[in-house]
Amino acid sequence: MDIAPDTHHTVPASAPPGDLAIWFFILAELLAFGVFFAAYAFGRAHNVELFNEMQQTLDRKAGAVNTVLLITASWCVARAVEAVGRSRPATGARWLLAGIACGGGFLVVKGFEYADKISAGINLSTNTFYMFYLSLTFFHFMHVILGLVILVALWVKTRQGAYGPADMNGIESGAAYWHMVDLVWIVLFPLVYVMR
Amino acid sequence: MNTRHLNTVWVVLMLATLATLGIGEFGARFGLAGPLAMAALLAICFVKGRLVVLDFMGLRGVKFFWRGLLLGWLLLVSALIAIAYWIALK
Repeated sequence: MDIAPDTHHTVPASAPPGDLAIWFFILAELLAFGVFFAAYAFGRAHNVELFNEMQQTLDRKAGAVNTVLLITASWCVARAVEAVGRSRPATGARWLLAGIACGGGFLVVKGFEYADKISAGINLSTNTFYMFYLSLTFFHFMHVILGLVILVALWVKTRQGAYGPADMNGIESGAAYWHMVDLVWIVLFPLVYVMR
Repeated sequence: MNTRHLNTVWVVLMLATLATLGIGEFGARFGLAGPLAMAALLAICFVKGRLVVLDFMGLRGVKFFWRGLLLGWLLLVSALIAIAYWIALK
């Protein structure tokens, strides 16, 4: 799938948008999640029946709703960056607020999922599947919280007019972190909720 | 990145998410199960991840090194998942 943009860069930019440091942080985070995903996949390989049976106890629709919420949040943040880049900070702030709402929605849905499992007496020591499910999704959950803290900070500063076409570094860096959180969930959802 | 392009990417990502859920809910009924379903899910996952990396993260116009790092991560993770799945089939 390739959706060609309507702008073409004859000379590629040498560095990604935002601060270079955030990209090294993102790469470190992706490495950690990559190890976690591989551990889950190979853990499953040794307990296929257990993993397939336990996967049926997950709320797949809630996982899909959360995918919609995270992707929509990412889209809102991308629209915010685009608006700020066109000297429209007020529009950008509104998009950021929409992104924060979607991210908050993710936490609420996940919170209900966790409450459901906890009330059923499920914990980290229930079995190997739930050890992976709870630790992997909670690790991601914490990243969503951090991402939301960053988005709120961006929203406040955007409202104050701190960003504009000449100063995109802060908002692009924060946006890149949020997109990383989205990217990780795009792998996590099919891996944990659907693949069997 | 213009707004129309970002909106198009969002629509494609929504449809792809629907496809992932559809495979989980109804795939087996239509013969899309086992390794075939796994391959379809990984392919959809790669398409979605690639769009996020290129268009939301804004790496489309950036030197290949950076795109390569993130898309390489996506490919490596997908490959490891596929290998583990294949081992589980044996």
